[in-house]
Amino acid sequence: MSTFEHLLNGFSIALQPFNLLWAFVGVTVGTAIGVLPGLGPALTIALLLPLTYKVEPTSALILFAGIYYGAMYGGSTTSILLNTPGESASIVTSIEGNKMAKKGRAGAALATAAIGSFVAGTIGTIGITFLAGPVVELALKFGPAEYFSLMVLSFVTVSAVLGSSVARGLTALAVGIFLGMIGIDNQTGQARFTFGITELFDGIGVIVVAVGLFAVGETLYLAFQKSSKNQDDSVLEVKDSLWMSKEDWSRSWKPWLRGAFIGFPIGAMPAGGAEIPTFLSYYTEKKLSKHPEEFGHGAIEGVAGPEAANNASAAGVLVPMLALGLPTSATAAIMLSAFQSYNINPGPQLFATKPELVWGLIASLYIGNVMLLVLNLPLVGLWVKILRIPTPLLYGGILMFATIGTYGISRSAVDLILLYVMGIMGFFMRRYDFPTAPVIIGMILGPLAEQNFRQAMTISQGDMMIFLTKPISLALLLISVLAIAGPKLWEMRSRKV
Amino acid sequence: MSDNADSKATPRGVAKGDLGIALGIIVLGLIAGWQTTTIPQSAYAAVGPRAFAWATSVMLVVMGALLAKDAFSGGWSHESDEFGEVDWPGGLWLMGGLILNVGLIEIIGFILAGTLMFVFTAKAFGSSSLLRDALIGFALALVSYVGFDRVLGYKIGSGWIEMMI
Repeated sequence: MSTFEHLLNGFSIALQPFNLLWAFVGVTVGTAIGVLPGLGPALTIALLLPLTYKVEPTSALILFAGIYYGAMYGGSTTSILLNTPGESASIVTSIEGNKMAKKGRAGAALATAAIGSFVAGTIGTIGITFLAGPVVELALKFGPAEYFSLMVLSFVTVSAVLGSSVARGLTALAVGIFLGMIGIDNQTGQARFTFGITELFDGIGVIVVAVGLFAVGETLYLAFQKSSKNQDDSVLEVKDSLWMSKEDWSRSWKPWLRGAFIGFPIGAMPAGGAEIPTFLSYYTEKKLSKHPEEFGHGAIEGVAGPEAANNASAAGVLVPMLALGLPTSATAAIMLSAFQSYNINPGPQLFATKPELVWGLIASLYIGNVMLLVLNLPLVGLWVKILRIPTPLLYGGILMFATIGTYGISRSAVDLILLYVMGIMGFFMRRYDFPTAPVIIGMILGPLAEQNFRQAMTISQGDMMIFLTKPISLALLLISVLAIAGPKLWEMRSRKV
Repeated sequence: MSDNADSKATPRGVAKGDLGIALGIIVLGLIAGWQTTTIPQSAYAAVGPRAFAWATSVMLVVMGALLAKDAFSGGWSHESDEFGEVDWPGGLWLMGGLILNVGLIEIIGFILAGTLMFVFTAKAFGSSSLLRDALIGFALALVSYVGFDRVLGYKIGSGWIEMMI
């Protein structure tokens, strides 16, 4: 079947009323949590993971993908109106967006962000549609050795290249791999790192770790911080029209397209990350703009480009997730664990064995983007109301949902204690500037990397050279080494000059 | 380390907090290594269950050592210090709420324990209207309990209020 036929089939699944409803719930919840500071898509999907016991896989994944896309839209509203980015990929948007809102141009900023997100999200989804096939073709050539090396590359880029410090990123990764190893080794049945506690034999759930790090950790951080209580967090009003002027349109459409073409490839690479493309887009637009003097004072290009880049890269992240089973962001890692709870392994085989699931999901992304455009433009007033929830009530509610997401599954106080331990760890990681995403990725990807490593070693009868004699594997490992050592070498070279 | 005159802003010497974190990571690595020695080795597989456990333990110790070295030459956390002053009452109110929640949830149930935690959290973030927080917290706990436990099939368990609905 051709890609088109697959996609048409996908639409016939995604357009079923029940799945449309799940997509709608997903994008609505996603927008809401994107708008609320302190809540992100990784946390929300983690909290809703238990739904996988009740709902069939296609519907659950359509819901999660809707949340993922929705959060990218919602985040921009917060950065424009509140100057507190709702999620890290919206940091750049707040630079120009908040300035525009202060000048009474909030409507235009919200419009260019939403339409740009729609344009780029759709381009990104088209990208998934046509790139997934070739990546699957390539991945079918991968054996365990190649997969292991690919995961090493992903580990390195996610923890060492994207963060501010190699040592802190790799520490977070090691902690994640450690957490992922707790429990029974699924190949030999031996208990590892359980300290003799029976509750740990099944391992620590990704829900407990994600919710602890993101929700409890963040709440602890803010509660212990004096300056978080007397912030001036007044929400700016939307006074102007949401219809962009002719000039706004002509200044926006090129940044949208450029943002999409910067964001998608970077998101689709095994490195992932939505922050880098937004910064790249911002500086590109600043360079190319006819009004560079407006940058820093509310230039519309500085909202249009980064918002587009952010959404396109969010779409790009789904390519390695679906086609290789390789998550490159915390949210993608948690979506992978949603697949795993159905005993489904994303990767090239999935496209052959469960085409209805994969293509239904991809089709729902197109539909979700249309829903999000409607939700985020005419209904923006609704989200502004959500922004006015007082902080004390917001964090009270977050902790309540954190309890439901952990205790509500196991009914075990041990899980609540683990949740708080993870929360305290999250507090210190935030306080001492450790990235948290590598913990989640290490936890999900660590066991997979180990499994592939052992399979490769079984095939080679214990010969480590298998990772170096296979060309694809060797290339991936060389890139990993370069990614860690490259910046250091570059620094040494330029210091000499 | 050369003493540059222009880096007066950065603290000199050992960064105590950073060093504590680094030592904590080393200790975690040592505990992991100790636990690794207790994993029974199986004879059949090319790579047993210990290999990755060793690798992780070693990685933790090495990273901890690198961070400790960094901490001895001024540390890193001051570079992005946005935390500022500590709000002890706020933090302790929150901790109190969390402890109450875990201690009481199996006795009085999620709805009441959650309401208590909600009130304590709101207090931690500077709220002064106790009654309002209690009412909102109770309503939210009730609605979430019905929604998640009764509709979505989570198993939040029983309690004083749960038994009545």
